[in-house]
Amino acid sequence: MSVSPVDLPVSRGTKARTRGAIEVAADDSTKTGRVKKRLTSRRATFAAVIIAVLWTTPTFGLLISSFRPAEQIRETGWWTFFANPAFTLDNYQDVLFSTSSSSPQLGSYFVNSLAIAIPGTIFPLVIASMAAYAFAWIKFKFSGPLFILIFALQIVPIQMALIPLLQGFGTILRPGQQWLHDVVPFIPEQNYLPIWIAHTIFALPLAIFLLHNFISEIPSEVIEAAKVDGASHTQLFFRIVLPLALPAIASFAIFQFLWVWNDLLVALIFSGGTGDVSPLTQRLAELTGTRGQDWQRLTAAAFVSLVVPLIVFFSLQRYFVRGLLAGSTKG
Amino acid sequence: MTTADLIGKLIQVIGGLAIFAAVVGLILFLVDRAPKRGRDYWQLAAFVAPALLLLVSGLIYPAIRTTYLAFLNRDGDFTGFDNFVWAFTQPDAVRTLINTVVWVVFVPLLSTSIGLAYAIFIDKSRGEKFFKALVFMPMAISMVGAGIIWKFVYDFKSQGREQIGLLNAIVVAFGGEPVQWLQTSPLNTLLLIAVMIWIQTGFAMVVLSASIKGIPLEQIEAAELDGASAWQRFTNVTLPGIRTALVVVVTTISIATLKVFDIVRTMTAGNFDTSVVANEMYTQAFRANEVGRGAALAVLLFLLVLPIVIYNVRVLAKQREIR
Repeated sequence: MSVSPVDLPVSRGTKARTRGAIEVAADDSTKTGRVKKRLTSRRATFAAVIIAVLWTTPTFGLLISSFRPAEQIRETGWWTFFANPAFTLDNYQDVLFSTSSSSPQLGSYFVNSLAIAIPGTIFPLVIASMAAYAFAWIKFKFSGPLFILIFALQIVPIQMALIPLLQGFGTILRPGQQWLHDVVPFIPEQNYLPIWIAHTIFALPLAIFLLHNFISEIPSEVIEAAKVDGASHTQLFFRIVLPLALPAIASFAIFQFLWVWNDLLVALIFSGGTGDVSPLTQRLAELTGTRGQDWQRLTAAAFVSLVVPLIVFFSLQRYFVRGLLAGSTKG
Repeated sequence: MTTADLIGKLIQVIGGLAIFAAVVGLILFLVDRAPKRGRDYWQLAAFVAPALLLLVSGLIYPAIRTTYLAFLNRDGDFTGFDNFVWAFTQPDAVRTLINTVVWVVFVPLLSTSIGLAYAIFIDKSRGEKFFKALVFMPMAISMVGAGIIWKFVYDFKSQGREQIGLLNAIVVAFGGEPVQWLQTSPLNTLLLIAVMIWIQTGFAMVVLSASIKGIPLEQIEAAELDGASAWQRFTNVTLPGIRTALVVVVTTISIATLKVFDIVRTMTAGNFDTSVVANEMYTQAFRANEVGRGAALAVLLFLLVLPIVIYNVRVLAKQREIR
């Protein structure tokens, strides 16, 4: 895992720092030097702690609130929790499982978020890695200009595509969805297809570019050797390129999964806004609009949507950071 | 959610994935066995065509069509630059543009400086990783989630009642009167900007921290030997050493800020003079049915983002040449 999927300033010398500790210690030998160092560093530590506290308190407050009884959230600030702790899971019970029409019924939206994000990650990755392989290892006319064109597409904000795409889906996909609903009544008329396709399209330019960077750096001896042994492009792709590109694919997969999971704009436009398709983000945005004062529900609902990204963040931090840095201009 | 719903969703996901796998597998299998003559051609097509097809029909053609739509009014008649004139003259639309400028001035500047300061403060300290995770965490969550987190901080209860929003509680504790933060223009825009800064600082911090660690130790030592103060070391050694990273961070955050949508949508829906271009584009095109205006705003957004992206790409390309 030494190659990062994008060239960022991250990769330059980590070795320059390894001697650091000793040098700093030696540097402190004079008395004034030591005092100065400690003073600045103490002030710096203080400032860092202030920033860290500022940055975590809002999230922390929301988390605490989500476990407080409804009337307490309404009447008192979350900081009084420490003087007067009262703990309940009712809010989560209410937002996730309650079937009453006034509750947010997040269970089905949670399923939707997963049902959108998993194919929304796999589809573009497969299509992009195939294209990236072709651009890297199949020689053809115009491959250079075509690749530059795809790279350049990254500068098109998705807003540029939304209106015509929605109109196009209306005429092309709609009849198909209708037909599918007639054949399999389990599948609602409004299904995931438009939103999957939209996420796939919007992911492609970046995905092809990043994966191409990685796949083109596979040593050509490896590819040539396999070709001499009579491997076809399909075999090369599955047996050699995909396994070798796995780290890059993993990084991008995490980025794309979170991007789709956290997305609101694409969902608003292509989901139709019902519990059949809409993801959590859309439901949350709706709730803040219509029931902005139901904090016992909003706090718990927000954490239901945050829990998946946070798990990804804390468990896959290395891949997560790499993927995020590579993809941070997307959208 | 009923069981039937769940089954329907499962069928869709599993069915969708299975059909996708079958189609891709079948195509690749078939081209592998294509007749010798023209096999190269078929193989190439199988690998590139799906991506190209999607991009042409889903991005290139729509972008061109959006540009065309920007010159039509809501009845589909050609109106020349009317929609753009509207964007630059109608008070509400002008407000939107001004807000976007305010966003793109404040967010990159503040999140980069705070991120840089934080990165320097915690550099080499004990628990550096932990400190980094705390500030980087907002980057993982959705802007909708962030919007709710901060809406709770900005919550307002009428005077006399106990404030449950942290900000108003602090104001009241110091003897002030509670403020309707999100309804008070122009303060509300700045408070929304604070949310974006809260999110982007972690990004700036992580990139800049990595860049700081790449500065050769010899340079810092030399500066120390020459008696440079901490501030002098920072301005004369650290800053020049991380210049490219700084440019990348500022441009990247600027691009993200220009396109900001979710925060505004969730927290105020663009009301109370807080709208920005991306939000107004959505409102006009998909809520007010003013497709032409929405398209014009999309084109505007594209034109705003374009120079920054090009600059960003050039810096990145140059940086790669150096290495």
